[in-house]
Amino acid sequence: MHMLTIDNLHARVEGKEILKGLSLTVKPGEVHAIMGPNGAGKSTLANVLSGRDGYEVTEGSVHFDGRDLLTLEPEERAAVGMFLAFQYPVEIPGVNNTYFLRAALNAQRKYRGEEELDSMRFLKLVREKLKVMQISDDLLHRAVNEGFSGGEKKRNEIFQMAVLEPKLAILDETDSGLDIDALKQVAEGVNALRSPQRSFLIVTHYQRLLDYIEPDFVHVLAGGRIVESGDKSLALKLEEQGYAWLADTHPELRKADLAGAPA
Amino acid sequence: MTPVPSPFVRAALDAAATVPSSGIAWLDAARRENLASLAEAGLPESRNESWKYTPLRALSQRAFSLADAGVANGIAVDSAAYALPGVDGARAVFVDGAFRADLSSLDAGTGVSLAPLGVALATQPEPVRFALANRYRRGAADAFAHMNAALALDGLVLRIADDTVVAKPVHLVHVSSGAQADTAWHVRVLIDVGQGARVEVVEHFVSLGEATQLGTVVSDVVVREGATLGLAVLQDASAGTTLVRRGHVRVEAKGTATVHALELGGTLVRHELTGELVGDGARFDSRGVFALGARQHVDTQLEVRHNARDTTSDALWRGIADGRSRGVFRGAIVVAQGADGSDAALSNKNLLLSAQAEIDTKPELEIYADEVKAAHGATIGQLDERSLFYLRSRGIPLAQARSLLTLAFCRAALESLPNEALREHLGELLVAHLPSGPSAP
Repeated sequence: MHMLTIDNLHARVEGKEILKGLSLTVKPGEVHAIMGPNGAGKSTLANVLSGRDGYEVTEGSVHFDGRDLLTLEPEERAAVGMFLAFQYPVEIPGVNNTYFLRAALNAQRKYRGEEELDSMRFLKLVREKLKVMQISDDLLHRAVNEGFSGGEKKRNEIFQMAVLEPKLAILDETDSGLDIDALKQVAEGVNALRSPQRSFLIVTHYQRLLDYIEPDFVHVLAGGRIVESGDKSLALKLEEQGYAWLADTHPELRKADLAGAPA
Repeated sequence: MTPVPSPFVRAALDAAATVPSSGIAWLDAARRENLASLAEAGLPESRNESWKYTPLRALSQRAFSLADAGVANGIAVDSAAYALPGVDGARAVFVDGAFRADLSSLDAGTGVSLAPLGVALATQPEPVRFALANRYRRGAADAFAHMNAALALDGLVLRIADDTVVAKPVHLVHVSSGAQADTAWHVRVLIDVGQGARVEVVEHFVSLGEATQLGTVVSDVVVREGATLGLAVLQDASAGTTLVRRGHVRVEAKGTATVHALELGGTLVRHELTGELVGDGARFDSRGVFALGARQHVDTQLEVRHNARDTTSDALWRGIADGRSRGVFRGAIVVAQGADGSDAALSNKNLLLSAQAEIDTKPELEIYADEVKAAHGATIGQLDERSLFYLRSRGIPLAQARSLLTLAFCRAALESLPNEALREHLGELLVAHLPSGPSAP
């Protein structure tokens, strides 16, 4: 059974078509990396899947765990097991990190008809996850992402993922803006959460994150579609050769679609 | 020339005619003088800059008779109506402006004198005399101040002796009973915090029924050298209540006054708060939140006057307007010549939760001294879409996400209230008051 099935997805942003017939299937436990040049539609894909406003799906379908994902509100998508690690996590002054996480977890549990956790049981859960993520509990007492460094914000995303235990985690350019130590910490966190039931969709511009999180599949997103799929060796080829060679096998791609080669 | 009085002023003049003599000649004279001033001034008009955003045309057509003290004394009031967590000290309760000895407990310990105005006049008239007879001279005040001076038959005098630390907060309760429709009540408050003394006062406005009353409260507060006053104001009146409150807080050398205000109720509310720093090293901090909905109109006029050296003020106010409500905020900082070393900050941020709501905010800065630090800013905005989406992406439903962000927006203004139990209660009241769902179109 597939966890995620994206079929011929077309989506527009501000009237401009960005996704043009994207198809992809993800099975439980698999790690898929989606790479591609700037403007290929990588972040659009992450945003459409998580239900952000301003993205209009004009054609195609997305099924997640047997449900028609596109009919669900963002909070419902979270409750049925989807998690988006943001490229730019939002700072929310005045909302305590622990309070926020407990509200989120309990809202999800309520939606699923599960019992809500009282503060004792919640704190116990949080302490366990902190240990795994190697995060100091000082972070818990602060407002959500407020004044966090770039690395702390991304680690906080992974920590939230650990607490919320989604079925599918989408990492949207999680590596951007991280130095190598922060990148390793984030990757370790993700690896600790890998399981046969949990899938990952890693959206990235660079290959370097994949040195630490080994993907089962690598896809190239260009011109709004998946144009090439392979194993991790595809990522290495992209790292060495850039994207221009794709024009040979995909004459429909314009030069502009393949600009912005990885550094 | 005295203009033709509006129904509002006419009713006040008629009401005054029914008031018996106080038996104190100077007091009767002061009341007469204020009544004449009221007739002369009439209600402020919109061309008056200070009332520009709070039109009184509708109010000027309403006629309020004077609430009857005899009736007020007979109204049954359940203490649950005004019980507050963390506020368990002495208490003075006024119902429709009449002091209710049976609901009050005036013993606040050694060094504290808490008395209704009548008792204070009988025992210690001189300090009261100055406030009542000289405070609002002709032309120096507006209609509401004159009205209060002419018609406030009751009030409260709180005196804290030098170096007295009052252990428990003093609770001052104004109840609009709802039993006397279209009546007005007026209360005069005098607070004097002696040198080096410390006290926490909670001023509380509640309604019993759907009151359609007008209430005015004029307070004069003195914080003497090295004294500390914490004043928390909770205004939770019913939707039909009109309230005009004027508070003047004078802070002497090295004294500190801190005001926290939460405005939730009322249909038309005007809150004028002036902090005057008259001694070197004095401090006046103010924090406030108004959360409005429906057709409420709440107008806050804050003025901080730095008249001495090395004085400090910090004002942090938040406003939320939903429905067709209107919030008005004017925050003025005036640093007088010679008040060098003053440090003044003012921040007013507002959230509009519906397209029909309106907020007018106006920070003002007047500086006549040389070495001064002053910062002020005002903003009006909406809930941040990115923050809303972030919360929803974690599973928090839209309505809860909105409420969480709105509360967070206000939190900065309430979090510094030292009384923890009261602070939490105010937070809960605010949450209960916030719109829980998407705002109506």
